[in-house]
Amino acid sequence: MTTEQENLEQTTASSVGMALLRVWRGVSVPITAVLLAVVIGAIILLVSGASPVAAYSALIKGSFGDGDAVARTLEKATPLVLSGLAVAFAFKAGLFNIGAQGQLLFGAIIAAALGFGIEGLPAIIHIPLALFGGALAGALYGAIPGALKTYTGAHEVITTIMLNFVAINITDFLANGPWKDTSPGNIVARTPKIAPSAVIPEIGNVPLGFVLAVLAAVITWWLLWHTTLGYEIRTVGLNPHAAEYAGIRVAWITILTMMLSGLLAGMGGAIETQGVVGRYQPGFNVGLGFDGITIALLGKTHPFGVIPAALLVGAMKAGASQMQFDAGVANEITDVIQALILFFVAADLIVRWILRMRETDEEKITLSTGWGKQ
Amino acid sequence: MTMDMKQLWKRYGPLAIILLVVIVITAWRYALNPQTTTAVLASTLRQSTPLVLGALCGLLGERSGVINIGIEGQMLLAAFIGFLTSVWTGNLLLAVLAGVGVGALLGLLLAFMSVTLKMDQIIGGTVINILAFGLTGYFYQAGLTTQGKLRPIPLGALADIPLIGPVLFNNPPITYVTLLLVVIIHYVLFYTRWGLRTRAVGEHPRAADTVGINVYLVRYTNVVLGGAIAGLAGAYLTLEAVGSFERAMTNGRGFVALAVMIFGKWTPFGAWGAALLFGLATAIQTQLQFAGELAIPHQFIGMLPYVLTIVVLAGFVGRARPPAAIGQPYETE
Repeated sequence: MTTEQENLEQTTASSVGMALLRVWRGVSVPITAVLLAVVIGAIILLVSGASPVAAYSALIKGSFGDGDAVARTLEKATPLVLSGLAVAFAFKAGLFNIGAQGQLLFGAIIAAALGFGIEGLPAIIHIPLALFGGALAGALYGAIPGALKTYTGAHEVITTIMLNFVAINITDFLANGPWKDTSPGNIVARTPKIAPSAVIPEIGNVPLGFVLAVLAAVITWWLLWHTTLGYEIRTVGLNPHAAEYAGIRVAWITILTMMLSGLLAGMGGAIETQGVVGRYQPGFNVGLGFDGITIALLGKTHPFGVIPAALLVGAMKAGASQMQFDAGVANEITDVIQALILFFVAADLIVRWILRMRETDEEKITLSTGWGKQ
Repeated sequence: MTMDMKQLWKRYGPLAIILLVVIVITAWRYALNPQTTTAVLASTLRQSTPLVLGALCGLLGERSGVINIGIEGQMLLAAFIGFLTSVWTGNLLLAVLAGVGVGALLGLLLAFMSVTLKMDQIIGGTVINILAFGLTGYFYQAGLTTQGKLRPIPLGALADIPLIGPVLFNNPPITYVTLLLVVIIHYVLFYTRWGLRTRAVGEHPRAADTVGINVYLVRYTNVVLGGAIAGLAGAYLTLEAVGSFERAMTNGRGFVALAVMIFGKWTPFGAWGAALLFGLATAIQTQLQFAGELAIPHQFIGMLPYVLTIVVLAGFVGRARPPAAIGQPYETE
């Protein structure tokens, strides 16, 4: 009897231990990667004649120092969660969506157009209308590289980057032409302010947009691991030939995945417009596409991993201006640190060697499968 | 004999027709307006130079089995370091060499990531792109100026030939070097032992390894050389074309170069022809914009090269066959 009890206790203890070990296995590589990147960032700061201590403490003060700082971090993290989700989601089908930026721009400008173009709606209708309009615009723009890949074999890495440049030009044209803010005194390219009924509010210090982004992460997770569609997407990502053989319509899955990925990115742009900027203004979110890649990989392409990863990058963005102000350090250093994080996360061979860890048998996805038709 | 003619026609026929059309149109435009025609053709060559170099970088890597999506970053950082060297030393040759060196160094980083660490090659290239954007942004200072840029060197009497002279034989040094590189890389790739090894490694690394070729060494060398060439493209931008550095000044050329490489079917001469086509499109667009002959908003004209890239990719990638082993890390047994 006692031995049985002991056995039982031992197994529970060891299963808790196992679970902890699994969590540690999951987060140790990203955490070590971030630490390594921060250390190398400090060396670069030293070389360029700045004080790493002053820079990093200003960065932390600017991102977590007080309630306003935290709210700023959450605000910055919101579109990052969604662009990170967009990239991570496409990864699951073996697709590399570098076009999150373009999809986000379309989401942002369409949400703005629906925000300032329609008046007299109650907020309960106007907010979701603009939000889903933006998300849909992102989805349609994401469908283009998906269709191009399916029907012509054009690799999404190049087409999405080219579509980013196209999106920058088209949104710039719209914000400078038909949708330009014509209020007296305005000379820059931007749309009018959106109607108050389209503004996504804050609840205390927490922007509602961030809550929506977290909700999107939960839905993405549910879709990927608890629906047939998610199963099909992951199967295509692991082996498109096997998926085809098993009766999955790979062509359709490819287009749909890119659409849903674009939907997430477009929603990020819409929230940025409705919750942060209050209008569309070119240039406010340049580079978010690349951020999405770092965040997706730092979060191990898991929807729940994306949230802390986006918070980290969001904190760097939120604190960057404080750092520039207090320590006189150009905020591009955060880009350098991001590149280093991406390097160490992707080069987990180095990190594993440092941690003396063996390779785990997780789902490995190959992205660079060549340029032609599969 | 007739069979040979048929094969010749099949191989070179379309090319001959395109050439003929180009010559006829050029002659016609030249008869109407010699100055503008000369300017457009010279601009075509200038616009195509960084694309040719980028495509050469890409194809050296891919012929050995390594995808290089980081050409953009290699160009950008090389353009920046080349520019800084020119500001500090005032020596343009040294500046070009610095740019080439930085490109090679980033090539080494890419080779390390994709060959030694066996990282996903597309992510490896993305690391280089973000790193280059971050570093150039961080160290950028406004208001730096150089003591001029590389000047055209007229090639004697050749430069005096109407139309052809000013377009082909009165160029700054990197443009000449680019044309030479196209020929040299074509020769090396298809007529030397090194080229044979490179192609073998890109098509079937296991077989190459079996006959004693060092797969890793071949890949490292090709990617580093490619990086050096992308570095030359960066140096071209700051030291020969513009004369100063701006943030993100590469403007997607590194990615367009990849489309140029695919359009050129992974051959140096093919890439050159494709780059000229892209260059011509850009040159005509600039000319129309300059002349005010177009009532289209400038943003739509500005996105022409990117749309052209997508169209070209969509239309041609299915017909072109990439090296079989690209994208896959190689493990020795």
